[in-house]
Amino acid sequence: MTEILNALVLFTNFVILPGATYGAQLALGALGVTLIYGILRFANFAHGDLMAFGAAGTIGAVLLFQAIGISIAPLPTAIIALPFGILLACALALLTDKWVYRFYRKQRAAPVVFTIVSVGVMFMYNGLTRFTIGPDDRQFGDGERFIIKARAFKEMTGLSEGLAIRTSQVITLVIAVIVVVALFRFLNKSRTGKAMRAYSDNEDLALLSGINPDRVVMVAWLIAASLAAIAGTLYGLDKSYKPFVFAQLLLPIFASAVVGGIGQPIGAIAGGFIIAFSEVTVTYAYKKVAFYLGFESDSLLQLLSVEYKFAISFVILVVVLLIRPTGIFKGRVL
Amino acid sequence: MSAFLAATHMTGGYGGADILHDCSITVEKGEIAVIVGPNGAGKSTAMKAVFGMLGLREGSVVLDGEDITDLSPQARVRMGMGFVPQTNNVFVSMSVEENLEMGAFIRDDDFKGTMEQVFELFPILKEKRRQPAGELSGGQRQQVAVGRALMTQPKLLMLDEPTAGVSPIVMDELFDRILEVAATGIAILMVEQNARQALNIADHGFVLVQGRNRFTDTGEALLANPDVRRSFLGG
Repeated sequence: MTEILNALVLFTNFVILPGATYGAQLALGALGVTLIYGILRFANFAHGDLMAFGAAGTIGAVLLFQAIGISIAPLPTAIIALPFGILLACALALLTDKWVYRFYRKQRAAPVVFTIVSVGVMFMYNGLTRFTIGPDDRQFGDGERFIIKARAFKEMTGLSEGLAIRTSQVITLVIAVIVVVALFRFLNKSRTGKAMRAYSDNEDLALLSGINPDRVVMVAWLIAASLAAIAGTLYGLDKSYKPFVFAQLLLPIFASAVVGGIGQPIGAIAGGFIIAFSEVTVTYAYKKVAFYLGFESDSLLQLLSVEYKFAISFVILVVVLLIRPTGIFKGRVL
Repeated sequence: MSAFLAATHMTGGYGGADILHDCSITVEKGEIAVIVGPNGAGKSTAMKAVFGMLGLREGSVVLDGEDITDLSPQARVRMGMGFVPQTNNVFVSMSVEENLEMGAFIRDDDFKGTMEQVFELFPILKEKRRQPAGELSGGQRQQVAVGRALMTQPKLLMLDEPTAGVSPIVMDELFDRILEVAATGIAILMVEQNARQALNIADHGFVLVQGRNRFTDTGEALLANPDVRRSFLGG
């Protein structure tokens, strides 16, 4: 019995908790991608670096707060710094739209042109982030690191395996739930939210109904940039902040959006968790879990080494596009 | 005193050659006017011209005494025009009720009453108000589309082939509803493929051929006219 509990704790500690946290971060990122796809109808490759920029804004505010001695310990300062990251990301997104995307909208450019433009924007954002905050690795999570430490858990339960619950994991999940609930309430209940859904559903009919396209596009950028800043900050808080990591995150984020059905907010959330749990379960070494369950093994019992985790999103993405290009929740075909 | 809607001497096209040549369409309040004609006669184009979706080189569109020739379609909606496109005329992912709400988007006042009127006119919509419009049958979708356009309380309702792709029974029902809408005092202009049935309920009919007015008369007279019968109604 104890052995089974040990296996369960081990599995929770190394698979379920990290998977759920990573899934929530991917879901928030994918929501932004899917929203821009639904409203502006292009795959926004700059979203990853918008996340990086938003997180950089948060870190800047954290440094400022730490310098003048504002803190909300035991919680990380990043929580009160987050609104500044969001504001900066929103400002950047709106300026980009004004100076770059609007030009192509007036030309009625094809979606693929927008996508290529967004690649250019991605490099610009990337440069901007490195100029302002630098390319270095940063840890900005202050305050209490753990809610339950592994050792405390062991002493409490008497098990030989410990369960460590980190503050950043709980904060990620709590903020993700709040953001998702707020976003869905906005999209389903508010006038502007409904107008956005209408515009995404049938642009011509939305225009006929008197919905202002400029406003819809503006609100879409504001929401996408806010989601990007939140997702970027939470990811940086949970792991560590490296500006170039976010370009790599683009693959699992797009995979999440496509698996769930691009253009469908609920799909982005489902997709985020599917991709996250696939990555974590496939790259986890099950040797010790198997040992507790009574199977001795010489190998690590690891399907794929962690270095290859991005290959998993890639394989899922390809398979979904081949077999069910509309994704789980019947989004648009990319 | 000119007609309630007087679109006169309309000449123009989508940028290339002219499709409409000196084409005139008029509708009175509470009346149903139908544009019929063979394929490619410019029926839908004439209606789109009335709605401002194509540039006119000559001619004018006057609604209720106001010249609206230079207004955009969106501005014409505010002036009291309601337009139901032939295809993609509902928000498929949104519920019936939300479709109606979007129809009333430009209204700042309380539109609950108008929604009740639409539900009275199309009782099936009230039953299915929470269902996504994309899950409804063709005839029900058309009712949603007409209901959406009615939410702005238009003075003129324009329907582009409202019965395209629905069964004859549903078509009869839709025509009955359109008669009811006209009875409330709204002017109705529609383009119809089912010319005979449409002329049956029409006060006025406009037979277009190659973008020109060929016959213009009451629906009854057009149905009785041997020329019209032979060329357009199949004998």
